[in-house]
Amino acid sequence: MTALLDVAEFSKLFPVTGTSSSWQRLRQRFQGGPEKLSKVHAVDNVSFVIEKGETVGLVGESGCGKSTLVRALTRLIDASDGSVKLGDRELTLTPAHEFARDPDRARIQMVFQDAGESVNPRFTAFDAIADPLRRLRHLKGKALRERVESVAGQCGLPLQLLTRFPHQLSGGQRARVGIARAIAVEPDLLVLDEPTAALDVSVQVVILQLLQRLKKEFGMSYLFVSHDLSVVKLLCDRVLVMYLGKIVEAGPAVEVFEHPLHPYTQALVAAVPRLHEDGAERLRLTGEPRSPIDPDPHVCRFYGRCPRGIHDCTAAMPDLRRFGARQVACHFAEEFLPPAPAKA
Amino acid sequence: MITANTNRAPALAVEGLCVEFRTRSGIVRALDNVSFSAGKGETVALVGESGSGKSVTAYAVMGILDPAGRVTAGRAVLGGLDLLSAKPSQLAEVRGRDIAMIFQNPRTALNPIRPVGKQIADVLIRHGNVPRREAPAQAVEMLRAVGITDPARRAKAYPFEMSGGMCQRVMIAIALAAKPSVLIADEPTTGLDVTTQAVIMDLVNDLAAKMGMATIFITHDLALAGQRAARIVVMHAGHVVENAPTTELFSYPRHPYTGELIAATPDSAASLDELASIPGTLPDLRRADLPPCRYSERCPRKTDACSQPLPLAPPGATHFVACWNPLPAPTLGAPVLVASAENVA
Repeated sequence: MTALLDVAEFSKLFPVTGTSSSWQRLRQRFQGGPEKLSKVHAVDNVSFVIEKGETVGLVGESGCGKSTLVRALTRLIDASDGSVKLGDRELTLTPAHEFARDPDRARIQMVFQDAGESVNPRFTAFDAIADPLRRLRHLKGKALRERVESVAGQCGLPLQLLTRFPHQLSGGQRARVGIARAIAVEPDLLVLDEPTAALDVSVQVVILQLLQRLKKEFGMSYLFVSHDLSVVKLLCDRVLVMYLGKIVEAGPAVEVFEHPLHPYTQALVAAVPRLHEDGAERLRLTGEPRSPIDPDPHVCRFYGRCPRGIHDCTAAMPDLRRFGARQVACHFAEEFLPPAPAKA
Repeated sequence: MITANTNRAPALAVEGLCVEFRTRSGIVRALDNVSFSAGKGETVALVGESGSGKSVTAYAVMGILDPAGRVTAGRAVLGGLDLLSAKPSQLAEVRGRDIAMIFQNPRTALNPIRPVGKQIADVLIRHGNVPRREAPAQAVEMLRAVGITDPARRAKAYPFEMSGGMCQRVMIAIALAAKPSVLIADEPTTGLDVTTQAVIMDLVNDLAAKMGMATIFITHDLALAGQRAARIVVMHAGHVVENAPTTELFSYPRHPYTGELIAATPDSAASLDELASIPGTLPDLRRADLPPCRYSERCPRKTDACSQPLPLAPPGATHFVACWNPLPAPTLGAPVLVASAENVA
């Protein structure tokens, strides 16, 4: 397989403002001395690859950096460090505000979380889907109308709904508009940020099945961000688990969820409610996550909430180590490896 | 797991609750003949999709319906008092003291410009018979009880300074401050992470068991309801369609809608193709010609009998289904599991 998107040692830091008053900052400037700004390590040294035609899930709790990572990959914000390669093209060299007019803009598209909020309320469904086609494909008139109607048809959106505004559509129909808008320009990579979070289960099923069908038809790759592990397990080939800006576990979705190696993944899997409880022991996380502001580079990010955490975990940050198809960032990963030994 | 209600008088009994909303485009019959009850120490889940009337039920019972809403029939009996016909002054005494509610979004439900410790102390003073001078210290103890570390410092914090999970703990502390006998939890973990959700639900369950509280747990997540409640009440378009003990409901759903809801839950399937969607949408509740069974227009098992008024719950029944042509009852000794081809069809 060929890599479609290659992310290497990617970091995104945000400066923290407002930790000192403007008066203090002014005094500091006059008294001299270096002005040290604290930084939030939203995404910290993350590397992964998305193959052509693959569906990769990205899970983690709120504040772990999922959205920052996704916004940086879709080139809505600039990276602090590292590289993002789409095929042979290095994307981080183009600033985000220029990328909007770049020919490769069409190759990465995004479906946002709440289609009701992310579609311009003064655009009809037709205009919403036509917008990227006008800007990126420069389509007009009859060609534009035909393309919009064919995409709407592929997404199961009845043509008579195209003249409606977002508030006149149901949740499922809005989700279809969001998906149609994203696939209209035939992207290679579709980034989906919790596309079904606002939907009822009965509608969620239809949208997930639509996504699966579209993927088969167009051979797109998906990066699927979600907090619903049961959905990720059904839709994704591979999954990345993030915790406080770091990838702590990666591997085939079924394996990761059935035999999680990282204590965080174990707690995540244990927390998912199931229809038929199999009496598994309840692993619970205590406390709050560590602060992402200037974290100690030698302390494991999960230390403090980790049921295993020992002194070693504060001496060296565990690296992401490879075990066969899987990768885990924990000093104790070996203990949880399934009995059939994976080839290292 | 909390055992099902036995013959004791229920802590809260809702009987034949009907609620209408007057809107510009007509009257919305949001609830029609909703009945259920919860015993002391029992957790009952109200489950349904958005628009099924779960929250309206809770709001009606608490007496905090939107001014456009009106209770047209029914009773909600709490310790001998009918909440629906009680005077506002009576309700003000009961609310907070005997029945309390946890709201969906803790950040918007808390007062944004008052430290959380004071918000808890307010309830203690008003409903908990706690002297004004002792309230702040007891508020700190409440924060400790809901698992907030460093409660003395956190009591001085404002809601915006806390994470979503912490705010929800504060909400729980406020709701439980006066040790009510009934707790209504309206989607208490929506918007929280699964790991936080598990911890918060553990907390609610543990405290409810410790205090012998009846809990009405409202959720759209069938799997979560199954994990936390002894009994599940399934709602659809303002009707209670099925009311059964949890294990029974999951093993042998009788109402076609319940069956389809289970089949649509991602956890139930091994692949996406196995998941079944529910055809059709909720009926427009403003219609004058609403059929007696509001599911009948989506229902694959519809028969001629469906045009008669819905069957009523026989007294003392533990498994109630509002359907004239329900899915077959289990034959003894055959452990049939959910999502069979039959209820997917």
